[in-house]
Amino acid sequence: MSKPKEIFVRLDRCVGCHTCNIACAVEHSKSKNLFEAISEQPTPKNRVYVEWVPPEHKVPVLCRHCEDAPCMHACISGAISRTKEGVVITNSDKCIGCWTCVMVCPYGVIGRHMETRKAYRCDRCPDLQAPACVDACPTQALVYRTADAFSGDVRQDAAREMISGEGR
Amino acid sequence: MSDGKDILNRSTDPAVLQMIAKAEKMGVTTVWDRYDAMTPQCGFGETGLCCRHCLQGPCRINPFGDEPKTGICGASADVMVARGLDRAIAAGTAAHSGHAKHLAHTMLKMAEGKLREYMVKDVEKLKAVAARLNIPVKGRKENEIAFDVAKAALADFHEKDTPVLWATTVVTPGRVKVLTDLGLVPKGIDHEISEIMHRTLYGVDADAVNLLLAGLRCSVADLAGCYMGTDLADILFGTPKPIVTEANLGVIKADAVNIAVHGHNPVLSDVMVFVAKEMEKEAKAAGALGINLVGICCAGNEVMMRHGIPACTHSISQEMAIMTGALDAMVVDYQCIMPSLVTVAECMGTTIVTTMDMCKISGATHMDFSEEAASEKAKEIIRIAIKNFSKRAKRPVDIPNIKTPVVSGFSVEAIVAALSKLDAKDPLKPLIDNIKAGNIRGVCLFAGCNSVKVPQDRNFTVMARKLLKKNVLIVATGCGAGSLMRHGFMNPANVDELCGDGLKAVLTAIGKANNLGGPLPPVLHMGSCVDNSRAVALCVAVANYLGVDTDKLPVVASAAEAVSEKAVSIGAYAVAAGLPTHVGVMLPVLGSPLVTRVLTEKVKDLTGGYFIVDLDPDSSADKLLNAIDARRAGLGLG
Repeated sequence: MSKPKEIFVRLDRCVGCHTCNIACAVEHSKSKNLFEAISEQPTPKNRVYVEWVPPEHKVPVLCRHCEDAPCMHACISGAISRTKEGVVITNSDKCIGCWTCVMVCPYGVIGRHMETRKAYRCDRCPDLQAPACVDACPTQALVYRTADAFSGDVRQDAAREMISGEGR
Repeated sequence: MSDGKDILNRSTDPAVLQMIAKAEKMGVTTVWDRYDAMTPQCGFGETGLCCRHCLQGPCRINPFGDEPKTGICGASADVMVARGLDRAIAAGTAAHSGHAKHLAHTMLKMAEGKLREYMVKDVEKLKAVAARLNIPVKGRKENEIAFDVAKAALADFHEKDTPVLWATTVVTPGRVKVLTDLGLVPKGIDHEISEIMHRTLYGVDADAVNLLLAGLRCSVADLAGCYMGTDLADILFGTPKPIVTEANLGVIKADAVNIAVHGHNPVLSDVMVFVAKEMEKEAKAAGALGINLVGICCAGNEVMMRHGIPACTHSISQEMAIMTGALDAMVVDYQCIMPSLVTVAECMGTTIVTTMDMCKISGATHMDFSEEAASEKAKEIIRIAIKNFSKRAKRPVDIPNIKTPVVSGFSVEAIVAALSKLDAKDPLKPLIDNIKAGNIRGVCLFAGCNSVKVPQDRNFTVMARKLLKKNVLIVATGCGAGSLMRHGFMNPANVDELCGDGLKAVLTAIGKANNLGGPLPPVLHMGSCVDNSRAVALCVAVANYLGVDTDKLPVVASAAEAVSEKAVSIGAYAVAAGLPTHVGVMLPVLGSPLVTRVLTEKVKDLTGGYFIVDLDPDSSADKLLNAIDARRAGLGLG
């Protein structure tokens, strides 16, 4: 089986434009169209967050779909499970809105939908080739790759840094 | 990289498609490539929820109702959207009236005897405009009248004892009352633009409805600027009369020195027409068949309407004229000139000549144009083109063998003159009778640009096809006219195929009475984008004849593929005049449910006009037909 892709963040690239927020909410709407989505009920929700670390860092934060997911262990109603692709999902029908998952999530990326009274989070856009946030990111701060490929690139960069440090 | 399917979806004009394919093959980046690279676009901007009016910003309000719900200053989504829309209207107004002010200065200098190359070409129009403004005419010399008209024009820009005369004297008496009661009469054109900039500043107007009313008042100032632009251009360069010409890239000639005029103001392009004739010899000496002047956008419309200069392309496909490899120079003044032209020109051996101090482009050749030395400057520009022709002599060119006949030149004066052949004493009567009888179900004005977001010309052609079949008389201006002309809608030979029986009979009868040997074209070309004033003038004439206000007429407008802020201000004044006004691309207002509701519904209670925003050309045409029918019912017509 091929290794699953993850959404990785290239921390030096985010400019804080929040385009990912909009793309995410639109993808999680009924119409999948911005102009219609903004008046839909229940309100479509974005599941990717952009945090500011002053003075200049902007950091997209989203569900890491942890291998040992605290939310999945903590969920009292058994609503949270993992798909065969490795995506941690919340089954809305089973969710009782107790927000225990919100309490234990180390990233704070599980949202409370106050209209449906259900928890929601990144589902990596199962209908799309690449998640909407990744596709929308104008600076490619968000990338959709396997962990191996991502760290391979990081290693390459590090290696180049080391070489240039040697003055070669 | 785009695949073939994408490319075919970029335009519906086969000539443009050929050039898009060539650009793709050569790796020349075009507007469509840049759009691809830009998408997806920022949703905050798309919905009007991004504000950069102060240094604490940028602020963005979450359109899905989460935080942030207001800007840092506390401005709500409604305020943010209304402020943004107002600034677009002010920019459009500044552009049209800037064009008119330029003509007023030219006219003033001419009247003072300072210019050799400009004169009053249409004395009748001069007198008619002067009379409208209460400027004495009898027993006075042309230049004296022209001096007063130019002074009156310049006076309309600032606050003075009277309101903007080019607004109050050009609409129906009923409309003057409506506008006065609503506080929508502009005090001065520049005054309104400046006031919009003031009230949309940090910490000024934070009442969305108040902001929108100010925007509407500014748009009435835009109507004044447009109307003045048309009036003064007609006086200086002649009022258009029907003229036969042709359009599309096939008008470029491989063996001629090809020069495109692009931009807006006839102050330059009209002189180019005459100087080009004088320079034929020089061109022939360089081995060319002659000089072939072609038009792009509204500079093209101005010289087409008055001199029958063919149009090579319009708006979004302006780069494609250069892709032929046969354009030796492109002379530009201002507005709608994509900076990318310089890059494409570099690839293809064309020289882009900028001529206005306020519109220079890095990489272009700048030759400052002055009315005092108009011919000399035009000659210099043409010599650059002749030199380029010599250089390209051996290079292959790709000129699509596609062009279509066009009958252009339908000023209101020309339409009335044509109608007077049916009824000399009462020329409007045949038009009104046919509207009453339903042979003409209504009138639709197509205006505005081509947008990269729409397959070029699709909205215009789909809508026009549907409306013509339903006997709607169509008039067109700007690149809307450009779009329809390239697809054969201004070719009288296509009346049979395109028009419903009632409209066909009317166009044929007018053609016959004028000995044209055929009908009028399916769509009447009224001119450039400032010439939307001509459509207003036609409405006002019909309304006055019927003794009603313009908001009662079965007349609608559509900017089906709008781009420029000028289209926003024109759309707003069409609404101020009382017309149902369609826009075929999304306006950045949906972030505010209140503003959206005001523009599409509530404003109807104030001016009678309203916006219809619909991206689907089929249903848009249906909505316009419904609006026409509702107006007919209001007038008691079947």
